[in-house]
Amino acid sequence: MSKTQKHPREPLIHITKRTNLSVKSGIIVRAVAVLAALVVCAIVTKVLTGDNPFSIFATVFHGAFGKGRALVTVHDVAILLCISLAVTPAFKMRFWNIGAEGQVLMGCLATAVCMFTLGGKISDALLVLIMVICAVLTGVVWGVIPALFKAYWNTNETLFTLMMNYVAIQLIEFFLKVADKSGSNVVGPDLLSHGWLPDLFGVKYILNIAVVALITLAIYIYLRYSKHGYEISVVGESENTARYIGVNVKKVIIRTMALSGAICGIAGLLLVGGSSHSIDANLADGRGFTAIMVSWLAKFNPLYMILTSFMLVFLARGADEVTSKFGLNSDFADILTGIILFFIIGCEFFIQYQIHFNFHREKSPKEKER
Amino acid sequence: MELICGFIQRAILQGTPLLYGATGEILTEKSGNLNLGIPGIMYIGAISGVVGGFVYQTNAATVVTLWAILIPLICCLAGSLLTSLIYCFLTITLRANQNVTGLAITTFGVGVGNFFGGSLIKIIKSDVPYLSLTKIAKAYKITLPFAEDMGPIGKAIFSYGFMVYLAIIIAVAVSVFLKRTRAGLHLRSVGENPATADAAGINVTRHKYFATSIGGMIAGLGGLFYIMDYSNGIWSNNGFGDRGWLAIAIVIFATWKPLVAIVGSYLFGALYILFNYINVPIQFLPLIQMLPYIVTIVVLVAVSMRKKRENQPPASLGLSYFREER
Amino acid sequence: MDKSVAIELKNITKTFGSVCANKNVCLTARRGEILAILGENGSGKTTLMNMISGIYFPDSGSIFVNGEEVVIRSPKDAFDLKIGMIHQHFKLVDLFTATENIILGLKEEKGFNIKRSAARITEITDLYGFELEPNKKIYDMSVSEKQTVEIVKVLYRGADILILDEPTAVLTPQETEKLFNVLRRMRDDGKAIIIITHKLNEVMEISDRVAVLRKGEYIATLDTDKTTENELTEMMVGKKVNLNITRTEPKNSEVRLEVNNLDCMNRDGIKLLDNVSFDVKSGEILGVAGIAGSGQRELLEAIAGLQRFQSGDVLYHNPNTGDVESLRDKTPIQIRELGVRLSFVPEDRLGMGLIGNMDIVDNMMLRSYRKGKTMFLQRKEPKDLAEHIINDLQVVTPSSATPVRRLSGGNIQKVLVGREIASSPTVLMAAYPVRGLDVNSSYTIYNLLNKQKEKGVAVIFVGEDLDVLIELCDRILVIANGRIAGIVDGRTAVKEEIGMLMTKNGRGEENE
Repeated sequence: MSKTQKHPREPLIHITKRTNLSVKSGIIVRAVAVLAALVVCAIVTKVLTGDNPFSIFATVFHGAFGKGRALVTVHDVAILLCISLAVTPAFKMRFWNIGAEGQVLMGCLATAVCMFTLGGKISDALLVLIMVICAVLTGVVWGVIPALFKAYWNTNETLFTLMMNYVAIQLIEFFLKVADKSGSNVVGPDLLSHGWLPDLFGVKYILNIAVVALITLAIYIYLRYSKHGYEISVVGESENTARYIGVNVKKVIIRTMALSGAICGIAGLLLVGGSSHSIDANLADGRGFTAIMVSWLAKFNPLYMILTSFMLVFLARGADEVTSKFGLNSDFADILTGIILFFIIGCEFFIQYQIHFNFHREKSPKEKER
Repeated sequence: MELICGFIQRAILQGTPLLYGATGEILTEKSGNLNLGIPGIMYIGAISGVVGGFVYQTNAATVVTLWAILIPLICCLAGSLLTSLIYCFLTITLRANQNVTGLAITTFGVGVGNFFGGSLIKIIKSDVPYLSLTKIAKAYKITLPFAEDMGPIGKAIFSYGFMVYLAIIIAVAVSVFLKRTRAGLHLRSVGENPATADAAGINVTRHKYFATSIGGMIAGLGGLFYIMDYSNGIWSNNGFGDRGWLAIAIVIFATWKPLVAIVGSYLFGALYILFNYINVPIQFLPLIQMLPYIVTIVVLVAVSMRKKRENQPPASLGLSYFREER
Repeated sequence: MDKSVAIELKNITKTFGSVCANKNVCLTARRGEILAILGENGSGKTTLMNMISGIYFPDSGSIFVNGEEVVIRSPKDAFDLKIGMIHQHFKLVDLFTATENIILGLKEEKGFNIKRSAARITEITDLYGFELEPNKKIYDMSVSEKQTVEIVKVLYRGADILILDEPTAVLTPQETEKLFNVLRRMRDDGKAIIIITHKLNEVMEISDRVAVLRKGEYIATLDTDKTTENELTEMMVGKKVNLNITRTEPKNSEVRLEVNNLDCMNRDGIKLLDNVSFDVKSGEILGVAGIAGSGQRELLEAIAGLQRFQSGDVLYHNPNTGDVESLRDKTPIQIRELGVRLSFVPEDRLGMGLIGNMDIVDNMMLRSYRKGKTMFLQRKEPKDLAEHIINDLQVVTPSSATPVRRLSGGNIQKVLVGREIASSPTVLMAAYPVRGLDVNSSYTIYNLLNKQKEKGVAVIFVGEDLDVLIELCDRILVIANGRIAGIVDGRTAVKEEIGMLMTKNGRGEENE
């Protein structure tokens, strides 16, 4: 029952959940948040570098799209997007998988192990096939383990998947030590010389980008038009309803995490087999975590995720450029990313909730910043 | 004997930053906030202390022990507090998703730590070659005068700077607070069932803010300890590593009990350095370093299978509270 | 003994939107006395008490405590006036002990000492004869123990006016007896006790005076020993109102569903359904009348395969094959495929039957998404169905792509019922389908059910308004305490008869 009584001592600010907000105002709120974030970023950069803010933005732009950089930027977007696509089905189901990092690393590891042990002993075509199978399978295993425990014993998946990341990192360290007796932190292209994914049309990375494009489309269709996708939404919205209409919730959880793991495995394959041809424990570079934000910011819509992943990569590469131009270190990018994320995360509140001020007039949802 | 005591000593030094992080996170999680920003906050705690100490060391004619300790300490607390407040504002006031916010805080915090760690000298145009706070570290490492003469066992107990003991005191204090005080009871009720707490007249928002901010400050001290004591005042980028995540693991391992976290932290510290003491080929080292995480997973699974109510995560962990929710 | 007036209400009125929950209610509760407030579901009992305990604020009227006019704006104000309310839904932290829950939120001057608090709790429990272990955790407690904690919580805060909202709804007869003994002791201790109930036998047993409410209006206050159950029933249900719902004679009636000796227990071992037997025929509407929580929900869920039952059977007479099949071991999906449909209670409209964040089309698919051999969804059919329902039932919505949570209650209900009848069921079960709906929407639903009946569907209609049941249904099954108190003919039934059946304990009675 709603509490609609006229209260003599009503609090000044009253917050209610919105039932409807037009798409247009949604975009405006987010745009204002991004703008405000950029202003803060500009101020921070100005304070730390003393440069004119506009030229900073020019530098950022140059960093992302300057000569010879565009392709790398697009490739970075593709990889991040791929991992974001992987976590999305699970998130839609309200399964908080923060273990994409580990699942990707396991894909990397499986690929590298295949390249290292079988390289040169079998034909490259066969090797690539085995790499694909192994990468996908290990990803699946890494994703399904926490899902099994979640489905049967309701084990907290956030903490479980988080821990699995570190197990994966240590497994890679183990492989590095076994593969390269010199004690180096990287196993490079010299040891992983076979099984490189081919360059389409003679352009580097194009294959990776094409694969991710296909996956994006596939996941979009899967979530929107398939029965599985529908079941995922139902489980995510209400497990009670899911049981009521006869959905096997355990099965959906496990199946969906297997899918997440598989796509992470593919991301690992693309990273090792398609671009770096080397492996180290830092290869995923936190993308497993960034992907969560990409997916969440895009409201789990694969098409919007192209935009959000692009935005984050653009920022990171741009900030890289700023730092190298001013001789600062590259972690500056993380600070800027963090600030922008704070604003975008915060602005969701104004989309979901409505603030009423109780002096007998209602203000339109105003963008308030910290 | 000498060897064992030396091992214990190093394990405790390794475990102390973890203990700060775990205690802070326990306090936070008891209010229902899963703060995955703790790793970032620990970085910020560390760098805030370093900046404060560096400014003091370069500007002061003589380094006074008291100030050498207090200035970095206060800066550390202020830095961690501010970062925690960002988290609080986003998750409690604006009800943002806790996982996403926490990860953003960690990205931000690690970035701030490494950026200032690497660029501080350039920014303030100092002429020293690298960021080293040896004079300040000396103040942090002052031990009891008689510790040296006490033989190996005495050394294993008494040979640390004050922050090792402070970590234990804080953990015990948090434990007492949670178990034996009215405010602790109220805080736990907020983490378990905010609607009931609200109905009983407990201010849910205020409790969450306080627990998360104070928890963040405690965790920040872990970063400070790592730099000032463990690393002798020398900052190196990413040197703190993934200890923040390990601290979150200890929270699970300790099933949200600060006293168990003390044992857990030293145990994890021991596992961290175990490879130095056992004779295995170097390539198996990572497998040993994997142990803390495996142990944590086993504990997490065992706890969820046994379903003992007292060992479960706080019931509303990770959820934001909105009174008018259906 | 001191029988001074503890609390007095004068002309209290409260409306929610267009619904008037309380209209000019006057009430007096005295110390050393148990006052029962009697009324059917939706008669405004709980709303009234919520105004005394500070959850709602009255639109008009005044409240006097100890002879002085007071304003109660929040539960805290109520506490300060020593008014304590024990709600139907307990507000307890499962992980805490009884003591911890009882002292939660208090600021006692003497500092924090669990042992001392526990000792004080024992004092209270000893005084009134409660059975409560102060150090027992809530999750280890039975429902009645939890209720005890709630009552002690109120007493610990010094309340001397106690309001209990349907306290016996969740208790076994033995536990009820214990509770009543405690209440009597508290009364003898000079406390004013108000107990909300709709069980006549309890009113007669426990109360000194009884106030009757009907549809938000105050009817009268009587001395319990000077009235009879018959008189109270009449006051409670009122005179028959003519609603002009059309009712046709059942055609080609044959038995469609047989329920035989159904027993069903909850986890605490309390019987929810006790030896229930009846049948439903095609082309008729079987009404189910009963006080809320008498086992209606469990009955429907047992038929739909959602509730396990301990013994008994449900037999389905398949009109297509002529076979008699047991539904006992079938899954909910198999049962649905036979054409048995359950349209859920409105409180759960958005919790079970529909998904609020999905649009109407996607909600249509909840039932049918498995259709088709490919792994892809077919949205064409559900979309047509959605448009069809929107047009036929006049659902007010911008489009079929609108999330259902944005629709009004009546429209949500139309979508839900529309979907359930769309797949031409053979048995249609509807629980409280008109709760919370305005008059027009209600009639739309009645017409829908009537149309199904004419099509030869066996309709089970669980309702709460006796007037509607009498005018709509061919037969009315009355359920009380999980037992069938009787089955009456809708054409000849009188309200008082049904009211009496509803409120009897059902023990020792057998159905026809």
